[in-house]
Amino acid sequence: MFKKTLYISTSPHLTKNTSVEVIMRNVVYALLPTSFFSVYVFGWNAALVLITAVGSCVITEHVLCRISKKESTVGDWSAIITGLLLGLTLPPIFPLWMTFLGGVIGIGMGKFLFGGLGYNVFNPALVGRAVLQAAFPVAITTWYSGFMADRFSGLHSSILTLPFMEPAVDGSSGATPLSAFKFDGVLTETSDLALGLVSGSTGETSAVLILLGGLYLVIRNFMNWRIPVAILVTVFVFSGLLYLADPSEYPSPLFMLFSGGLMLGAVFMATDMVASPITSFGVIVYGVLIGALVVVIRIWGGLPEGVMYAILLANAVSPHIDRLIRYRVYGTKAKSA
Amino acid sequence: MLNFRRHSFKHGVHPPENKDETNSLPIRQFQFAPSIILPLSQHLGKPSKPLVREGQEVVRGQLIAEADGYMSVPLHAPVSGKIRRVSNVPTISGKMAQGIYLEPFPSSTQEVLEGEPISWESATAEEILQGIQNAGIVGLGGAAFPTHVKLKIPDGKHCDELIINGIECEPYLTTDHRVMLEQPDDIFLGIKYLLKATGAKRCIIGIEANKQDAADFLKGFVKKGDPITVEVVPVKYPQGAEKMLITSLLGKEVPSGGLPIDVNAVVVNVATTAEIGRLLPHGRGIQERVITITGPGVKKKGNYLIPIGTPLRFVLEELGVHEPVSEVYMGGPMMGVAVSNLDISVVKGTSGILVFTEDQVRRPQKVYPCIKCGACVDACPLSLNPSKLGILAKFEEYDQMAEEFNLMDCFECGSCSFVCPSHIPLVQYFRLSKSIVRKRKAA
Repeated sequence: MFKKTLYISTSPHLTKNTSVEVIMRNVVYALLPTSFFSVYVFGWNAALVLITAVGSCVITEHVLCRISKKESTVGDWSAIITGLLLGLTLPPIFPLWMTFLGGVIGIGMGKFLFGGLGYNVFNPALVGRAVLQAAFPVAITTWYSGFMADRFSGLHSSILTLPFMEPAVDGSSGATPLSAFKFDGVLTETSDLALGLVSGSTGETSAVLILLGGLYLVIRNFMNWRIPVAILVTVFVFSGLLYLADPSEYPSPLFMLFSGGLMLGAVFMATDMVASPITSFGVIVYGVLIGALVVVIRIWGGLPEGVMYAILLANAVSPHIDRLIRYRVYGTKAKSA
Repeated sequence: MLNFRRHSFKHGVHPPENKDETNSLPIRQFQFAPSIILPLSQHLGKPSKPLVREGQEVVRGQLIAEADGYMSVPLHAPVSGKIRRVSNVPTISGKMAQGIYLEPFPSSTQEVLEGEPISWESATAEEILQGIQNAGIVGLGGAAFPTHVKLKIPDGKHCDELIINGIECEPYLTTDHRVMLEQPDDIFLGIKYLLKATGAKRCIIGIEANKQDAADFLKGFVKKGDPITVEVVPVKYPQGAEKMLITSLLGKEVPSGGLPIDVNAVVVNVATTAEIGRLLPHGRGIQERVITITGPGVKKKGNYLIPIGTPLRFVLEELGVHEPVSEVYMGGPMMGVAVSNLDISVVKGTSGILVFTEDQVRRPQKVYPCIKCGACVDACPLSLNPSKLGILAKFEEYDQMAEEFNLMDCFECGSCSFVCPSHIPLVQYFRLSKSIVRKRKAA
């Protein structure tokens, strides 16, 4: 007996049965209902945008790892999340070459330049989208109505635009509820917003499915619920106060909650663990900041939608929140930072 | 002063308990091994000094090594037999250390030699502390800190509360549980000694909620007018850590870098208390202790009363460990030490022996970068920031870890490593960092 070598390890000899890969994989699962619904609403166009975005992110991550002679980190599933999130924030008829470029920039500049997973300051998908928005302001605001009769029979001409070409602006593009409100003063029914029966980005449509995905992650303890709750409550209260002050000037808080990319941003983008604060109180400050910025940009800013910039700004502030807000260490007096 | 009773501490983790297989098994006496190995350093502090020569015959309970100064305890012969050698013996650290090989007489009656009895009624506090040191008693929970040193109240301080630690928050271990169910008289007698030695006014026996039977049982022994209460606290690791238990029971925090006596409390393990109650009235020394032997690799799992110095290999062979063994821990799975050599022996601080076979061993897992998920931050019972500390350790910023992030407060419970989804060896980094900081300070 006892012929085998004894393993030696240092305590603790037990670990929780979880890993980064499991967390990331479950985030992908949580995004799937939203993704499939967007394909149902927008047809093959949306499917192509999503597939291109994911493919671009995965390929970029793999190639960059190879170039820097590191083991490929594609297996941790985080590049797939970035790809899905990027695709879901783009218009469903966004030219594929631009989509691909967005993935390369998101992973390359947003993630790899900072040192890869765990070191990114900003949410990589939003970095990709921010650059696309600056580079292609027309294409990224060319929306497309959902439930078009031909959505499963053919592709929109815009999506197949040749590389380095701008798509021709198409007459069938529907205005998003936010731009309709901002530029034309038209309000959309909240129930249509919640169920996703409006035009908009690929994944901005169904708040219900986004919330279900978030609920799944919260139940599995893969997401900090405080972040979306803080954002949504702030948006509701802030815009609610404005609405009470002057209902003719300001949109209703429910419209603010369910329109645009707020749900997707609050549930899936602001909750990027790497780019959000680490303490329970810190994430609430972070969430309130995002919520306030969203309302400010939407109502007083020049853009119809402000979720992306609100999250990117809060990402930049997040390390400072961690520096200022710490738990009081057991047995010490509260430290002033 | 306000004294909120929180009944638990902040954060903590819930590892699977795995206590069901042994917590209903009564303590059984283990037989004598053909050879006994006794390291002279079975406690924190200075090793004891041998008093015996090779070839000398000793009686069970006889003093064979004396304490070397105050921070040391003596060693008693666990069996009657003959000293084979006084030389280097293998120890759990992997290093050889000075020790004694003892060969038991096969047909001896194994009667125990008794010393000078100490009565709790007539002895002074000083005499009780001396008696505890003479009995070779150390913390039996695993730390093996000399108990008489811990009980000595420094000048200018006083002890209000004596806390008896019956938490046993380590998974798998059931020794304290069985001791509470089977040795209540020893425990309550031990408490009398401890109350007198510390001058404490009250005594609280703290028990985790998964040992409700022990709590109910012990409550039945508290007589009217006794200053003793039994309190049940929630199951949460590391509830049994001194600081955490004080917070749970008294609602106070031990100051950073301080000791329980700074909040007028002293914490003693329940098995140590029982040992004091059993040994002091007879002036005996420790010869044996209760150890939980369990794990998927053991056929005859149970709680055994094993003579100190019994070789690990003998214990495992007797309990039907015949499959190829892959990993053996001494202590619990959260803070215990993996054994590199089965020729070491059971010492006073051994609370459990866990045996795992090939297929149950935890394989080294792929380490990912820290994704700042905050799981460790919400696990650390001291509210440290293990994520930040881990990153600083990687960059070898040890001084910053100690000065800005309270590294030296870490008592290495391992909760951070337990929860980390990136499998970063956090507590392992901190052990290393702490020893480097200590060396730098000493230099």
